[in-house]
Amino acid sequence: MFITCYNDTLFPETGKAVVRVLERLGHTVEFPAGQTCCGQMHWNTGYQAEALPLVARFVAQFRHAEAVVVPSSSCVAMIRDHYPKMAAELGDAGLQAEVEALVPRVFEFSEFLTRRLGLEDVGAYYPHRVTYHASCHGLRNLELGDGPLRLLRAVRGIDLVVLEGMEQCCGFGGTFAVKNAEVSSAMLAEKTTAVLNTRAEACTACDNSCLMHIQGALHRQRTGVQTVHLAEILASEDTGSAGAAR
Amino acid sequence: MATDAREAVLTRIRAATGNAPETRAVMQEWQGIRRQYRQHAARDHEGVLELLIDRLRDYDATVQRVSRDEVSAVAARLAAARGIRRMVVPEGLDPALLPAGLACETDRGLSAEELDGLDGVMTGCTLAIAETGTIVLQRVAGQGRRAISLVPDYHLCVVDEARVVETVPEAMARLQPTAALATTFFSGPSATADIEMTRIKGVHGPRFLDVLLVRDGERL
Amino acid sequence: MSGQPLDPRTAPTFPAAARAMLGDTQLRKNVRHATGVIQTKRARVVEEMPDWQELRESGRQIREHTMRHLDHYLQQFEQNCTRAGGVVHWARDAEEARRIVVGLVQAEGAREVIKIKSMTTEEIQLNKALEAAGVHPYETDLAELIIQLGQDQPSHIVVPALHKNRQQIREIFQREMHLGTLGESPQDLADAARRFLREKFLRVKTGVSGANFLIAETGGVCIVESEGNGRMCLTLPETLITVAGIDKVVPTFKDLEVLLQLLPRSATGERMNPYNSIWTGVDADGDGPRRFHIVLMDNARTEILADEEGRQTLHCIRCGACQNACPVYRQTGGHAYGSVYAGPIGAILTPQLQVLNHAQTLPYASSLCGACYEVCPVKINIPEVLIHLRNKVVRKKGPLTPEALAMRAMGLVFRSERRFRAAQRMGRVAEAPLVRKDGQGQGWIGWLPGLLGGWTQVRDLQAMPQQSFREWWEQREKSEVSRGN
Repeated sequence: MFITCYNDTLFPETGKAVVRVLERLGHTVEFPAGQTCCGQMHWNTGYQAEALPLVARFVAQFRHAEAVVVPSSSCVAMIRDHYPKMAAELGDAGLQAEVEALVPRVFEFSEFLTRRLGLEDVGAYYPHRVTYHASCHGLRNLELGDGPLRLLRAVRGIDLVVLEGMEQCCGFGGTFAVKNAEVSSAMLAEKTTAVLNTRAEACTACDNSCLMHIQGALHRQRTGVQTVHLAEILASEDTGSAGAAR
Repeated sequence: MATDAREAVLTRIRAATGNAPETRAVMQEWQGIRRQYRQHAARDHEGVLELLIDRLRDYDATVQRVSRDEVSAVAARLAAARGIRRMVVPEGLDPALLPAGLACETDRGLSAEELDGLDGVMTGCTLAIAETGTIVLQRVAGQGRRAISLVPDYHLCVVDEARVVETVPEAMARLQPTAALATTFFSGPSATADIEMTRIKGVHGPRFLDVLLVRDGERL
Repeated sequence: MSGQPLDPRTAPTFPAAARAMLGDTQLRKNVRHATGVIQTKRARVVEEMPDWQELRESGRQIREHTMRHLDHYLQQFEQNCTRAGGVVHWARDAEEARRIVVGLVQAEGAREVIKIKSMTTEEIQLNKALEAAGVHPYETDLAELIIQLGQDQPSHIVVPALHKNRQQIREIFQREMHLGTLGESPQDLADAARRFLREKFLRVKTGVSGANFLIAETGGVCIVESEGNGRMCLTLPETLITVAGIDKVVPTFKDLEVLLQLLPRSATGERMNPYNSIWTGVDADGDGPRRFHIVLMDNARTEILADEEGRQTLHCIRCGACQNACPVYRQTGGHAYGSVYAGPIGAILTPQLQVLNHAQTLPYASSLCGACYEVCPVKINIPEVLIHLRNKVVRKKGPLTPEALAMRAMGLVFRSERRFRAAQRMGRVAEAPLVRKDGQGQGWIGWLPGLLGGWTQVRDLQAMPQQSFREWWEQREKSEVSRGN
């Protein structure tokens, strides 16, 4: 598993949930300790020189894995869309070949379940009203389509409601949220309004970055609505004592 | 000066692209462009005609299917219903098609002001594209100068069934031999959506369009 | 007569300009409505095309091929256009293009010209130059007329006045056309424009236009429009002057079968726009103008051509679909971009036209959501170009800005597991003074300093958990090992 830097630091529960789901399905999870960051923030902000060395680090950590599962679509998009080009830019033929071999084995978490394993029902139980936000990278770069929704529909007890403008950007965009804070806020306001209109208890997605953004406003406004990563919903089981949404 | 600019721009382009291959190589590369889009009709001809009628009506044009013998009488009825009294027609339009009993002036270089004083225009066409509801006019006999189908407020267009194609690529293939002629594609009456995206029919071009689709594949 | 043109050299930064726009409730309502309507229409007519993706791919390949051989196709166009009686001029930059056009108009002895909507003439601020030379330009596109009479600036490539609603337009028309009474329905307003302009069409003998496509194979020019004002300007005057960027050339007449399918469906959501005009030089039998001039203008396009990653910017066919799809544009409208090219395409085109000396904040005016790339009819990967330009801006600003220093430090952190762990621990310590517990006992940050303050204007930030994932994992591994023993 590649947890990604911000999930490791800020959202350990998501990582634990990925481990729980994969182990429940009979897979062995490994966590190479040398992993840090995919380089997305640097790359997308224009600091390409800082991002380049992270390609070799990623390859060194994961070259032996059968599959690399990542609970973040934007990081997978970074690896899939940019690593081959970055390796070429570094002019290292060996690295280029390794990237080429490794990239097809890198999966976003929901994508791994639906496309690689061909699963929809992973035995989850989550008795809450939930709405799903299709994050931009998952939707447009990874073309996840309705994969995450199919996983959610198979969850027992869930009351899944459609989010109006599901495919609209929440306004996060990494450093965009800071550099263009006002426009980002305006975009976020549309998203949170849509979330509140669903009367859902929780909003889910395949990216904690978007969720952190959405949650930031939902919490500031004291709405009581939570955000929860898709992996955490899929990890929930019927233990007799139904927990609250995160 | 002007020559300097020409040389300067072309030199910059060559420096930027870093190549100057032979014409033959450029043409070969052009031929290699992927073209997997539809280039032929998927419907039978009757289906194509129905599609054209549907699309033209979608643009608020009226369409009637007539035989060649009926054109003159139907044209007269349509023009009368629109209150048209004087029309301009291009040179080369078959006199047998003209609206019976209506004053028709043949264009031999009418000025814009003179055209502005006429109520309507009647033309044939080079072809029509069903999928987009488009009619194509060219600078040939029976279709005339571009100005005559522009300034008057009403256009009565005669379309021979054999001139109707389904798709844009079919149309361009047929137009290729006369590609250098002044050519106008029009799709419905002139329109704008500049104000609150509300579609308004008719701004500067003709606001009213009637189409006569002529049966039997007879040539105009 | 015309208002102050949008000029990237003097425009405020995007965040500053956007802030002002976000406060304009009426503008935001108008922009949201218009982009919503076009998006819905576009989606419908794209949906009905089974070969849409194939058309996009062909469009991309045609444009890419053309740019690779731009010198070849421009010379071919020049040769064929000249043979057909047109006069071809070349301009290295905006200044030269303006000088040529003004000179041609003056040679005609004209005091007035009628104009077709043209982003290229907006780009070079031609109207201002004409006015300075004592020539009155009449904009004849309805939206451009609204802009001109209202001393306003275009805010969209295809629908330049979409930021105005009917009441605002009525007010402008009533005042500028000296009309006593005027209804406010779009039909009333369009009728007023028809009456106002008809007299100009019949009287003015010089027309000025842009171009959608220059056809190298035939020397022909194609203009795509809706209202018929284009046909009026192309057909009735005695002299026609067309200004076109060198990027507008296409190899063959056949290539239009792709572009004329992609453009209208993407631009206005129509299967075909009401009028396409194609003409080649001048007609010997008196159809249309007797004199035809075309100015082929570079104005930094060759700079873009020389940048392999930025080059695809020149593939643009100016449909505006990216603007309608862009969540940033839909919040701010076009003026915030400080250029006649707004929205995602403007965010990449404008800085490159300025050789990155101006408009440096535009590449950052995007959340990189990719909606623009998804709708682009010739598949310009706008997010990719944005990132490329951000890199150029960063290099231009040098390594000593506070942001660059912070990024450098973060880069070092990510290059070492030891430093990464230390940073995680330090983060928890550093944030501690800012964290407040909420009613659920969860820690939150409601205020952040400096560069990060933008976040906490309207958002809270969840505090870091006490244990990172890797710490949890290691603990688990250890306990499993000891259990195994």
